Amino acid sequence: MSPQAAQAAAPAVSYLPLYVIGAYMLVLIGLGLASMRSFRGTSKDYFTASHSVGPVLLLLSVFGTTMTAFAMVGSTAKSFEQGIGVYTLMASSSGIVHSLVFFLVGIKLWAIGKRYGFVTQVQFFRDRFESSALGTLLFPILVLLVIPYVVTGFIGAGTFVQGATRGMFPGTFATGVPASNGAIPPWLTVLVVCFVVLFYIFQGGVRGAVWANAFQTIMFLVAGMAALWMIARSLGGLDAASNAVLAKRPELLAREGQIGHGEFLTYMLVPLSVGMFPHLFQNWLTAKDARSFRTVLIFHPIFILFVWMPCVLIGVWAAGQALQAPSSNAVLGIMTTKYVGNAVVRGLVQAGTIAAIMSMDSQIMALGTMFTEDVVVPLAGKGMLGDRGRVLWSRGFILGIMAVSYWLALYPPPNVFDLGVWCFSGFSGLFPLVLAAIYWKRVTTAGAFASIVAMLGVWGVLFYRGLIKPAMEGARPEEPLVLGLMPVAWVVLASAAALVVVSLATRPPSESTLKKYFA
Amino acid sequence: MDSTGGAPGASRRRWMWIAVAVFAFLHWDFWLWDDRSLWFGFLPAGLGYHALYSVAAGLLWMLYIRVAWPAEIEEWARTPPGERAPSERNAP
Repeated sequence: MSPQAAQAAAPAVSYLPLYVIGAYMLVLIGLGLASMRSFRGTSKDYFTASHSVGPVLLLLSVFGTTMTAFAMVGSTAKSFEQGIGVYTLMASSSGIVHSLVFFLVGIKLWAIGKRYGFVTQVQFFRDRFESSALGTLLFPILVLLVIPYVVTGFIGAGTFVQGATRGMFPGTFATGVPASNGAIPPWLTVLVVCFVVLFYIFQGGVRGAVWANAFQTIMFLVAGMAALWMIARSLGGLDAASNAVLAKRPELLAREGQIGHGEFLTYMLVPLSVGMFPHLFQNWLTAKDARSFRTVLIFHPIFILFVWMPCVLIGVWAAGQALQAPSSNAVLGIMTTKYVGNAVVRGLVQAGTIAAIMSMDSQIMALGTMFTEDVVVPLAGKGMLGDRGRVLWSRGFILGIMAVSYWLALYPPPNVFDLGVWCFSGFSGLFPLVLAAIYWKRVTTAGAFASIVAMLGVWGVLFYRGLIKPAMEGARPEEPLVLGLMPVAWVVLASAAALVVVSLATRPPSESTLKKYFA
Repeated sequence: MDSTGGAPGASRRRWMWIAVAVFAFLHWDFWLWDDRSLWFGFLPAGLGYHALYSVAAGLLWMLYIRVAWPAEIEEWARTPPGERAPSERNAP
């Protein structure tokens, strides 16, 4: 179909939602400018906001950081394919496990970071295990695990906007495919997202990211509930929407035949990943005091409910309507376009969804901080690099990471959710390390090395087998269970076993280190 | 950094950890595995149970904070490196 013919055949569309999304982007740029005014000019302020963030802002920013494209686009896509079990696999388990990890690990690391002035995880591990080489091994692993997480954000944004804007520009973006004809292509969306995110984190550093995340959290909490209500209304009410699924795809309303018990139980290890997210470490350090964590512990599980429940219901309702989508990643975008009638409200709902997707800013900020503090500063020598130099190095690395992530996002995997789970599984494999570093006096440097190597080996093999090999063969990846259990179970088991066995077989850490952390 | 607190505090924390473990086990709702019924006419049973579970998780942490919050961690974090926090001074 020629562009002219496509334009003539296209139904009338409203551009109002696009203007609302544009306004949302402008607010983010405004927040970047405002956070720059609060910037105190020091690298400590750029990387930790001078430990000034109170309970409400901490809750909103930590929540915004943990909810990304994975939560909005990924959960809708996965429930479209696999049903309501998606909520039970990731959302309710995260409700208990995330808060548990914030309590066991987050508060302790905040205290350690505040007392000894650590800005990154690598600095803590180098000191705790008296080994610079351990940090050198850990840095590239953390970077390589964060990049796919950033990429899922880009893919989520690209496919969501593509689904939400189809038919808007039939002349400019004609594809000949009904599901994507006239839609803003992912490469353009991702380019705009990169520009806006770079702007506000370059201006305000971690404070810019915290403010943006807080604003984004409010946006997507409201958007999720509004989308649920409006889509349900268009489908004839809550009852009618769910009964359509019961009639056409009843298997999606239960877990029998969709999820095994072994898979379900071992999925609970996936949320342990938050204990090793570099961006959460940095977010925790922004806290003013330990009491600020209290609101996070209580409200995090409830906020997860408000975000995931609408997405999962919209996903299964889409299946009940036999929705046609270019990929399951586009289901949320298409559902909001198709069933949210009022154009302004539709724009707000879509802007809210993009808000969740765009919260990859903290990940990018954390990578810049790690590169500066863990690579550049040790190489240049302590005291050789001033505040301005540190900030500039951080910005340079962020730019590089954005370019690599952008390139990778142009070759998306079929499902954002699966890529996210693989990424989290790697971080979960490092959880025994951080837990032992905080609570186990007997853990040794050799034990820490063994744990990281075991995690890397098992995760690498399973990742290749579960995602890379099927992709290279052009096959759609299946659920990558090993003996009925999620790969994360084997990764965590190998990592923990190596840590314990090697630690018990090697020399304990020095008295001075034990006194420093266990006095 | 020892945050076990005194004897009553340690006992309260032990009970709270038992409560957290029992709660974590309740996440496995095997009795609803093949239940396709809709609560209130629209909410799948498995989803409804886990929605309640999410709210209960928040309430559980609220309870934990009330009865077993490790208050001493704050003073430990604020004590300069090399000095002993007040809670550490009584330790053997």
